[in-house]
Amino acid sequence: MSVRHIARLVAAKDLRIEWHSRVLTNQVLPFAAVTMVIFAFALDAEVVLERVAPGLIWLATLFSMLVLVQRSFAVEVDDGALDALRVAGVDPRAIFLGKAVALGVQLLVLEVVLLFAAVVLYRQTVPIGGLVLLVTTLISATCGLAAVGTLYGGLAAGFRGRETLLPLLTLPAVAPVLIGATRAVEAALGTAGAVVSDGWPWVGLLIVFAVAFGVGGSLAFGPLIDE
Amino acid sequence: MDRPGAPVVELSDVVAVLGSFPALAGASIHIDEGDIVLLRGPNGAGKTTLLRLCAGLVPMVRGTGVVLGFDLATQRDEIRRHVGVLGHQNGLYLDMTVGENIRFWGATVGAKDSETHAAMERLGVADRLVDVPVRKLSAGQKRRAALACLVARRAQLWLLDEPHAGLDAIARDELDHTLRQAAGSGATIVVASHELERAGSLATRTVDVVAGQVKETRTDP
Repeated sequence: MSVRHIARLVAAKDLRIEWHSRVLTNQVLPFAAVTMVIFAFALDAEVVLERVAPGLIWLATLFSMLVLVQRSFAVEVDDGALDALRVAGVDPRAIFLGKAVALGVQLLVLEVVLLFAAVVLYRQTVPIGGLVLLVTTLISATCGLAAVGTLYGGLAAGFRGRETLLPLLTLPAVAPVLIGATRAVEAALGTAGAVVSDGWPWVGLLIVFAVAFGVGGSLAFGPLIDE
Repeated sequence: MDRPGAPVVELSDVVAVLGSFPALAGASIHIDEGDIVLLRGPNGAGKTTLLRLCAGLVPMVRGTGVVLGFDLATQRDEIRRHVGVLGHQNGLYLDMTVGENIRFWGATVGAKDSETHAAMERLGVADRLVDVPVRKLSAGQKRRAALACLVARRAQLWLLDEPHAGLDAIARDELDHTLRQAAGSGATIVVASHELERAGSLATRTVDVVAGQVKETRTDP
């Protein structure tokens, strides 16, 4: 079977599990919303909130992503399914790509909800002129986050204490996404006088990051889960 | 298998090493299609290593081996696609239904719906259990669902490590019945077990594994 076929199966399987368990809707989205509200309480000044809103969106995304990644690999190790896939000779590149796609879909839903929350809570506006940049940023940042999350999720899945290991591994690795995506969203929303053209170089960084971790992750995933 | 009538497993003087420990030290064994072989021996004797070697998960450092017509030295990936391994865990997704699990595993080898349905029928999970989430199954039902997944992914050689562990008496009887049925349908089954009485009554052959050596002790007609 081709890598693409197996990747599609794995992605569909992960999304089906999410559909049954509703972890995204019942746990992750409320957690992300609460995080946004807490930020609003902590930075109780309208000017400050408006200025830092793009960064807060991505911070909330990263924290919520950790929950999603934990969940994505918990379903694999609960009854030894990841081992069974490996033992059955299923191509690890396909497992990586499938899980990354499923994680990416869930992250996109999360980011749209967080953006909406920022509009409501932090009084952000989305100018029409920045819409293309905003969508491109969301997609490219999501690809990078999904690749990193899947790679380190797979690595941590084999270790005892993976719940604490995952943030330690993941958060430093996604720092470039946090920086790039924040700057690009600032440009898209026109935060603090930024203009749309300021955002595109950051999107370039996000794309390079996504490609590097996508290709590197698919190659490294097999040896990582074999360990 | 590539050649009809060829042995399912043919190992000759195989040595396998785990770290620096020689887990198999010159093991030879011959297993034919439809056999149910019991591997027995003390802890650390090499039973699990022998199973894992047959599954293409542990490399040989010496000797020759052919599994399902594939060379153990050069075609381990092919072997992995054609054998089914069941250890202490079942390899199921607990939040999916039995039917979804079986269809998923079948789809990994391109099995059609009719084929996965046949696997469910064969293991007796097509009616009552098919729409039940795996999380809600008993231990014995989970085992049966896991075996149905092996059928759906066309595993020709089943390698089972302590398959009776954690099952109550009824579930053990069900499992034995299932394994006999599977062997009757052409599957070849190798069981490593400490439960000698139960597994012995199931097996058509019993093989002792002692200090990495394999010695056949009984062959039933």
